[in-house]
Amino acid sequence: MTRPTVRVKTLTIDGREVGAREDQTVLEVARENNIFIPTLCNLPGLSPAGACRLCLVEVKGVNKLLPACVTRVSEGMEVTVNSERLERFRRGILELVFAERNHVCSVCVTNGHCDLQSLALKLGMTHVHFPYQYPRLPVDASHERFVVDHNRCVLCARCVRVCDEIEGAHTWHIMSRGVECRVITDLAQPWGASESCTGCGKCVQVCPTGALSEKGKSVAEMSKRRQFLPYLTLMREDRR
Amino acid sequence: MSAPAAAKIRLATVWLDGCSGCHMSLLDTDERLIEIAPLIDLVYGPLVDLKEFPEGVDVTLVEGAVSSEEDLHKIRQVRARTRVLVSLGDCAVSGNVPAMRNKFGAQAVLKRAYLENATLDAQIPREIIPRLLKDSRPVHEVVPVDVFVPGCPPPADLIFSVLSDLLAGRTPNPAAKFG
Repeated sequence: MTRPTVRVKTLTIDGREVGAREDQTVLEVARENNIFIPTLCNLPGLSPAGACRLCLVEVKGVNKLLPACVTRVSEGMEVTVNSERLERFRRGILELVFAERNHVCSVCVTNGHCDLQSLALKLGMTHVHFPYQYPRLPVDASHERFVVDHNRCVLCARCVRVCDEIEGAHTWHIMSRGVECRVITDLAQPWGASESCTGCGKCVQVCPTGALSEKGKSVAEMSKRRQFLPYLTLMREDRR
Repeated sequence: MSAPAAAKIRLATVWLDGCSGCHMSLLDTDERLIEIAPLIDLVYGPLVDLKEFPEGVDVTLVEGAVSSEEDLHKIRQVRARTRVLVSLGDCAVSGNVPAMRNKFGAQAVLKRAYLENATLDAQIPREIIPRLLKDSRPVHEVVPVDVFVPGCPPPADLIFSVLSDLLAGRTPNPAAKFG
């Protein structure tokens, strides 16, 4: 068996010299080296989306910020992942996410188990500087076992990716742009009427917030079980 | 003789549109209140029988969102008379549950509460209780706030550490989660 030759690149992250395979992203290398970069849309086992922008980093010689999850390493790259400026931007992005929809932690099914809530704590977001939008968004409880609450959706597209890449159903997609943006099932039909949905529930488990939940769960009762994802990914890689 | 009154921190607490849970959490600091007591003058609060918010307050803890005309009047007065204003709890910090009505509007809420669910003499009150504002807002959208303490409610330990910092003249930097 011939293995493709993998080149190794050397780069620095916050001044620390690290080695990486040439096909790796800055985020992957940082994680291997226990360097924290905040993420929301990213989930190991799913393709990177670059949707949430929380993993923005500075790369010397590039005058814009780059999302670490979709930025490949290169030789001699000098990456900054922790700076006062990045902290400020990341907190700002997080605040915009909170302001855009109705994230009311105290009455949410995922209170205490939510990636968005944990990030706010981790990034030291004590309040939102932007005016809250309070959009009037629907809750679709037409599915037999699951609920989609658009008030809590952060448009990370984890549901879209897991349904497409892992389950192979591609029931979920994203419709419209800007503040009109919504996750949809089939052609924007009620979830319960979806013919492509297999009812596997993977979308519910990977959803970072309370946007997707199981029916019958009350406040703080919806914790997500994501163990299946690395397991399924591993099994499939072995088979390749 | 006790220490001169000027040495004590003039502390006030205000209850706007909230459930009083944050005040309960403050009381949950239990016996530590005895440690705090000699350091403060509690000049205003839900249990202090005073009609008007006093002048020259050092620290005010505000629970609740700004939802009614009375809340608005009160918080402006509180801000003008307070050195360090603390938003205590999710309602004050983010609007939280009171602000959930914003997407429906105040009229819809009044109709639901006083007409649809009333069994006797259904009518929307126009006197005595203050008029609702169009939107329920977090405190910092109305007046400048100095310290933010999220949580629903903020845990008693957190409140105690924030209070201890303030009483010692330090600026608290609470690491707290929403909800």
